[in-house]
Amino acid sequence: MTPLVRIQREDFDIGAEMAALTSDNTNIGAVVSFAGLCRDESGRLAALELEHYPGMAEAEIARVAAEAAERWPLSGLVAIHRYGLIRPGEQIVLVIAASSHRREAFEAADFLMDYLKTRAPFWKREHLADGTLGGWVEAKADDDDAAQRWEQVS
Amino acid sequence: MTMATTEPASLKLVYFAWVRERVGLTDETVTPPAGTATIADLVRWLKSRGEGYELAFENESIVRAAIDQTHAKPATTIAGAREIAFFPPMTGG
Repeated sequence: MTPLVRIQREDFDIGAEMAALTSDNTNIGAVVSFAGLCRDESGRLAALELEHYPGMAEAEIARVAAEAAERWPLSGLVAIHRYGLIRPGEQIVLVIAASSHRREAFEAADFLMDYLKTRAPFWKREHLADGTLGGWVEAKADDDDAAQRWEQVS
Repeated sequence: MTMATTEPASLKLVYFAWVRERVGLTDETVTPPAGTATIADLVRWLKSRGEGYELAFENESIVRAAIDQTHAKPATTIAGAREIAFFPPMTGG
């Protein structure tokens, strides 16, 4: 199973990605998907601008995906991350994990998102609703803690 | 076999997000002085190159680095590196 990793400016279709992942494997019993959307922070934001490190973004997500594939018996794994200007309500990131049983799919998707947030070289900058350019979003300690919990022996 | 040259090799540096803004460049090619062995050494030298660099690295423990597109720590050796990136903690996802 080779994870599919894509870094792209354009939007993605969750249904189409899920169908592509499951279409030629009838032994899949569970598919878990997570989509991260741009929110407007109660009207404060006009958009988020996502900067990335081309090359490393793909490589780093692929490394995390390979770790997930080693840790859980998966039938398929997809990670898509967008860059550029993304408006509230639009999709930013997609993770899909497929396996025979639900537990592995849930955990692998959760793991992939936690590590993607702390290791994939992307940076968000706010564009404010009043038309001005806001600041860079600061990394959250919560995200580090979320990634850290996978380090514990399970 | 000949020994690897002790001449410092030229190195591509790339910057992202607010590190890029403070340095004022997206990338540059530099030749660090002899004895620049680790990421921390490189940062120390960069900070001596001007106000923008000083500001970008004013809190060294915050700025992250990658060597040839793999995460690196301050103590990581830069020998043989082609491209070194500096950037803030990541906020994707």
